[in-house]
Formats: sequence, C-alpha cells, structure tokens
Amino acid sequence: MEYLTAMNPARKRTVRLTVALSAAVILAGALIYTSFSAASPALTPSQLVHQAQPGRSYQLTGTVVGGSVHRDGDTLDFSVEDRAGGTAVPVSYTGTVPDPFREGREVIVTVQKQDGAYVGERDSLITKCPSKYKEAPVPASGGASQKQPS
Amino acid sequence: MAALGRACLLLALAVCVYGIGASVYGVRTGRLEFSESGRRSVYALAGILTVAFAVLEVAFLNNDFAFNTVADTSSRTTPTFYKAAAVWSSQEGSLLLWAWLLSLWSSLVLFLTRARMRDVAAYATAILLGFGGFFVSLMIFYANPFQTTHPAPVEGAGLDPLLRFPTMMIHPPMLYSGYTLCTIPLAFGMGALLARRVDAEWIRAIRRFAFAAWFFLGIGILLGARWSYSELGWGGYWGWDAVENASLMPWLTGTAFLHSLMIQEKRGMLKVWNVSLVLATGTLAIMGTFLVRSGVLNSIHAFGGATLGVPFVTLIAVLVAASIYLVVSRRDMLRSEHRLDSLLSRESAFLANNLVLVALCFVIFWGTYFPLISEALTGKEASVGPPWFDRYTVPLALILVLLSGIGPAIAWRRATLANARRNFAVPLLSALLTLIVLLFAGVRDKPFAIAMFCCAAFVSGSISQEFFRGMRARGAMAHEAPLVALVALVKRNRRRYGGYIVHIGIAVLFVGVAASSSFQHASELGLSPGQSTRVDAYTVRYVRPTASVTPDYDSASTQGGRELSAVLRSEPGVTLAPDSARTGASLSLGAVLDVSKNGHHVTTLRPSEGYYDSGDPTQGSVGHFIGGQPVSHVALNAGVTRDVWSAIAPDIETPQLKRIIALGNKTLPFIRPGEGIVAIAVMAGAYMQHPPQAQFHFIVSPLVMWIWIGGLIVTGGAMIAIWPAPSAVRRRVAARSRARAAHGLVRA
Repeated sequence: MEYLTAMNPARKRTVRLTVALSAAVILAGALIYTSFSAASPALTPSQLVHQAQPGRSYQLTGTVVGGSVHRDGDTLDFSVEDRAGGTAVPVSYTGTVPDPFREGREVIVTVQKQDGAYVGERDSLITKCPSKYKEAPVPASGGASQKQPS
Repeated sequence: MAALGRACLLLALAVCVYGIGASVYGVRTGRLEFSESGRRSVYALAGILTVAFAVLEVAFLNNDFAFNTVADTSSRTTPTFYKAAAVWSSQEGSLLLWAWLLSLWSSLVLFLTRARMRDVAAYATAILLGFGGFFVSLMIFYANPFQTTHPAPVEGAGLDPLLRFPTMMIHPPMLYSGYTLCTIPLAFGMGALLARRVDAEWIRAIRRFAFAAWFFLGIGILLGARWSYSELGWGGYWGWDAVENASLMPWLTGTAFLHSLMIQEKRGMLKVWNVSLVLATGTLAIMGTFLVRSGVLNSIHAFGGATLGVPFVTLIAVLVAASIYLVVSRRDMLRSEHRLDSLLSRESAFLANNLVLVALCFVIFWGTYFPLISEALTGKEASVGPPWFDRYTVPLALILVLLSGIGPAIAWRRATLANARRNFAVPLLSALLTLIVLLFAGVRDKPFAIAMFCCAAFVSGSISQEFFRGMRARGAMAHEAPLVALVALVKRNRRRYGGYIVHIGIAVLFVGVAASSSFQHASELGLSPGQSTRVDAYTVRYVRPTASVTPDYDSASTQGGRELSAVLRSEPGVTLAPDSARTGASLSLGAVLDVSKNGHHVTTLRPSEGYYDSGDPTQGSVGHFIGGQPVSHVALNAGVTRDVWSAIAPDIETPQLKRIIALGNKTLPFIRPGEGIVAIAVMAGAYMQHPPQAQFHFIVSPLVMWIWIGGLIVTGGAMIAIWPAPSAVRRRVAARSRARAAHGLVRA
C-alpha cells in the first residue's frame, strides 16, 4: 500500500487499470472456457449414433417418427429421425411436453446415452414451431410467410 | 387500399433520403433552413407511416384477405380484439410497427430539442432517418406488408392461437417502443461526437428518452415473462431463450447508462464510458430486432427464412465500426474532468454497478450467440443451456442487488468509517435479522436464495433509511407533518426518490425470482377422473372432465347449427359455447380440479386445452377443426404466498375418438362446416362419456406474485422519476410567457 501511495498518480492509475483489465480478461477467459466445456453439441440422429459417448449431453435435433410415440406413466417414449429420413434413435423422456409436440414435428431434446439407450434430460424437449417449416395453410394466399410470436 | 400503402412506403423512403441529405448539407454548410427542413421530414415520415399503418389496420379489421399478411395471420373467426393486434404478429407488420414507432419517437425528441443544439440534432436527424429508411427499405424490398394476391382467398389462416392472450398484444408495442427509443440516445450520441460537442447538453436532451427506453423495454420484458408463465404450458417465466436475452441486453446496458450519466452530470467523469454505453445500447437494440427477424438462432420466436440476415448484419457492422471510429477519434475531447477520489465512494459504487451490469450483458451475449461462435470456431453447432447462464448470472445478480442498497447510502467522493457506520448500521441489521429469521424458520439449503433474501432486506433497510432521514430533515425544516413532508420530499426530488423506489421494486422482484426458482414443486403425471396426487403440501384431485364446442360463427341460423344444438342436447356435459378465454378455439377439453390442503378445500382449477381450426383441407372435413396447433389454457390460483398452477394435455388420440373423426372425414362434405362441427361435438360427447387418462402438469411456486408486484413498484418509481418536475414545468411556462411578452414588446 505504501508502495502505491509513494508512486506518482499517473503511474498509480496505470497500475490500477492494468490490474482491473487483467482481472476482466481472466474472468472473461473462464467464462469462455466453461462455455465450450459445458456446451452440448447439436447432432442429428445419424451423427448421434456414431459419435455419442456415455455420460455426455447432446442436443438431438430431428423429426418425431410417425407411430413411435408411447406414454408409459411419467415417461414419454418416441423415436427421432433425420429430417431427410433414415436413421432413427429411440428416446425416453420425462418432464414437460410442449403443446405442439406431435408425430412428424421437428424437435430438439437434450439426451445422454445410458446403457445403449438415449435418455432425455428432464424438461429439455423443445418443439420447433411447425409454421416455420410449412407453407401457410391457405393455398390461395400463395405466400410463404409464416406467423410466429414476436 | 394496398396501392395507397405501397405508395406510402415509397414516399417514406424518398422522404428519408431527402431528409438525410438536407440535414447533413444543412449542418455542413451552416445553412439552417436545410437542417430545419431535415427535421420537418421526420415529422412527414411520421405522418406517412401513420397512414400506412392505418391502411394495414383497416385491412385487418375488414378481413381483406387480398393482403397476404391478413390472409396469413387473421381470419373471420379470429376475435376482433386479436384481429386488431394481429397486425404486428407477422414479419411485415412488425417491421411497419417498428418504423412507425421510430418515426413517432424521433419526431417527439426532435420537436423538444428544436431550439437547441442545432448541429447535434441535425446529425441525429440524419441518423434516425437512416434507421427509418433502412426499415422502410426492408419492407419495400424484402417483406412488403402491402403485397396482395388476386383473387383474394375467402378465408385466412387465423392468428396463431399462442398469441391470443391479452398481454401478448401489448408486449410487442412496448418492446418495440423500447427498442426504437434506444436508437434515440445512439443518434444523439453519434451526433454529439460528429459535431464535436461532447458537453453534458446532449446528455440532458436525451436523458428522459434513455429513461423511457429503459422503462418500455422493461415493461415489454416483464409482459413477455408474464405471457410465458400464464400461456405457454411449461409454467416458467424465463428460459434464457435467444429472443428474451436479446431484449434483456440493451436493458442492462441502458440501466448502466442511467447510473453512470449521473456521474458525468455531477462530476464530469466517465465520458468515454457513457458515450460507449449509449452506442452499445442502440446497437444491441438493433441486434435484438435482428435476432427476432432473421431466425439465425433457434428460438420459439424465430421467423422462418433468413432473408433479412444480410441487410441487418450490414447495418450492425456499420454501427459498430462507426461507434468505434467516433469514440477513438474523439477520445481527446472525452477526457474526465475529475479523478476517482476513493474506492469507497458513491462514484465507485456506481462504477461497480456499471461493471456488473456490463459483465451480465457480456455473459448473456456470449451464451446467446454461442451457437454461432461455436460453429465459426470449431465447425460444430453447440449451445449452452440455462444451467450455464445461471452459474454466472445468479452471483452477478446478487452483487447487483447488494449494490443497489449500497449506492444510495454511501457518501459521494470519499466515505469515512464514521459515515459508513452511520449509514450502514440499519441495512446490515435488517439483513442480519432476515438471516436469523430464515434460519429459525428452517430454511437451510439453497444458499443463493437465502443470500438474495438478505440482500433484498439490506436494500429495503438502506432505502427506508434514506426516505426516513429525508422526511425527518424536511419535517424539521418546514415544520411539516411526517406524511406531508414525505410527499413534498418525493415531489421536490422526483428523480432521486423515484429511483430509490425502483431499487425497492427490483429487490422485491428478485425475491420473487429467487423464491420461485429455488423452492418450486412441480409434478407431471397422468390422472383419470377421481384420482388425485400430491404436490408439495397440496392434494389435487381430478374431479371430472369438461368439454366445450364453439359453433361455427354463422351457423346458428343454418341447418348445421340447428342440428348441432339438437346433438348437443343429447351429448351430456358438452357445452355449446366459445372457449372460456374467448380465443376462438373450435374445441376445448379440460378438467375440473379440486385443490385441498390438510383436508381443507383451497381452490378449484379449470385448466383446458384449446384445439384450433387449421383450415387445412388435407386433414379432412372434420379433422381440420382440431388440426391446428393445440394451446394450453393454464389454470392459476395466484396468491401472495404461493401460486398453484396447472395445465392439462388431454388424450384425443384414443381409438374411439380417432374412429369418430375418420368416419366424419369420410362421410361429411368439406363445404358444409356446420356438419363438421357436429361431428366434433359428437367426439366431445364420447370423450365425456369415457374420459381417457389425461396428462397434468402441476406447479406450486412460492412468492411468484412478488415478481409482478416488484414490476409494478418499478413501474411506479419510474413514473415518478420520469414525470417532469413541477419546477421544470413552471420554468418552461414562465419562459414561454416571458418570450411571449418580449415578442409583444418588440411588436409594440
């Protein structure tokens, strides 16, 4: 402290600024580092089958396979396939199911691989809004514009 | 009519281009009449866009489905109130709303500053018209609200049922007012830098507008949270969704600016910081609009198609580059007049509050844009979830609330031990008392929630003390009764005491957030009528199902309508009525739930799920009535201490119900909707007779109501602070009468 008071004011300010800036840089670094380690990669079902390691979370994106939705008590079982069709993975999920959840809809769900099966993280199911992907339902309007909350 | 709208847009663009040219030419050459003319073009823009907006509004109210936007987002069966508000539910309509609000607010600020800062205002005029021109061009070239199709379709697709909720209708205008108001400080800040007039005058001119931006943005955010809580079937008010975050970021930097500008006014410090905050807030507001409009990030708000991406990214790049260039090239003018005297002073508390707010903004920025950042850096798309946000925002929010108690109590320039003891004894004591009470009440886990309660008590202690001391001092000086003194105190110093009330409101709001997120009980399970379940201390029993069918709007007099009434009389339990929330659902299935605690009846809840007409012929003559997106109608028993919240997802996919729909689709013609709805009523009757198991979502959330109460306190405090002080009004009136008198004298 005495060392600081002995310094001239300009020098003191520089020191103070350097200390503050390095603290900010360290904090920002920590933030950036954790964001990369905590992030869950977004994968399609075919990628998930090849890349999934047990214990890691992945954001699975794809469409719900027709006829695959079954409810068993609290658990909702369904399969997700690539948007273009093909590989499908079964997911068992608990928690809130959004209103627009239907067979054939595009969903995002955070899953972990457990004993060869994929378990959905609680309340992580998100349904992409259908109107985003289909033409406006009135054929004569001809417009492809979509309606969505703003 | 559409031609008039299109003409308005072209004229608006011409006015913008002319106004930019005139203002810049005027200020460069010193020919005032040109910058004056530039200012007038902003008024003209406001007039033209008002006409354009009115044209679109009339088209919506008249069901003019020749307009593509009307056909896409409205229908005959959409209730009138929602028709009027459907204007801003489409991409095109919301761009028009943006441009229109921008023109109105710009006109107001330029009218108020008409006699001052001619050069700064001229540059600001050009910048605001630049924004106006940008949005008008987007409408002309990318998303024209006045595009038509001939022949016009006979019926529209209807407003998205999710949006049929009163607060959702006020939310966009509030949010957009906030966003557009954010661009006003940016325009004046850039104007001041361009004109090299960086004294406190431009700050005084836009202070009220910065405050209004903060205010409207805050209300918009809160209404959005309220909508999410009581309309979306998940029971949360904040999900760190990209678009929520986008509106929060400019609000945070705006809050920082409102505080740091006081230091510039009082001590002439932090000029670079202030102007940077203003520029950042405006840019973040434009980025927020961009996020909603472009659909670059997955979000429930995202519009399809990324056509608006390129123009927006260009605009944002220009804004960022111009901001950096201006601040760096004018840095010599922005030197502080004073230095920080001590780290223990109100200035440092303000500075710390600014750093925390900016850090919060940075955390949210990074998390929101992480999918893009990750894809750019690693080639893989990845995203961070709410736990990541919570890890950083919770501690920062704690510090922020604590600072909102320290700031008002600490001395300017340099705090000494003596005055610290004098000022902090009461707040510390109230925090300590809260801690002891909580520990005795058995609240042991959830350290963050406990810390937040203590911080809030600290703030209340500190602010109450400020009010009490002010009141006592004034009472003693003016010999007034305590309450009279209190009112007079607030009246004399609206900004300060209004601000203190805002602090209290924020603390109350955070108590609600901490309590409801830490001590919530949720349960998700399937029940059949007669079964019950326990959530926290409550027992919820599924008493019986409910069903209501909305008859076709003009069916009462038709054959189908009469048949429907006859059928419904024979279907026990099915009501022939619009759904309870009057959102235009064709079918609504729900439940009567009995909620009790320790054997005593607490409340009866009636959640339901609305099924809407999709208008899609491929779903069949009956199927289309319920083929649209189903929407939860949440039942809520709100209380001061806790909310009991419930939503239902009925099962309409049972073999029996599917058979009825399939049979109807096969036998009934599509062109006679009255008969189709009869089939829906029959299906509802079958559902009532053999109710299948329904999925329920129950939540018991303590103190949620205090989030909304806190929001109201903030609103009240902000109103007090923003209202022109009586002395200022009087001064202005006096100045005007003096001017008039002088004018009279000259004439005489």
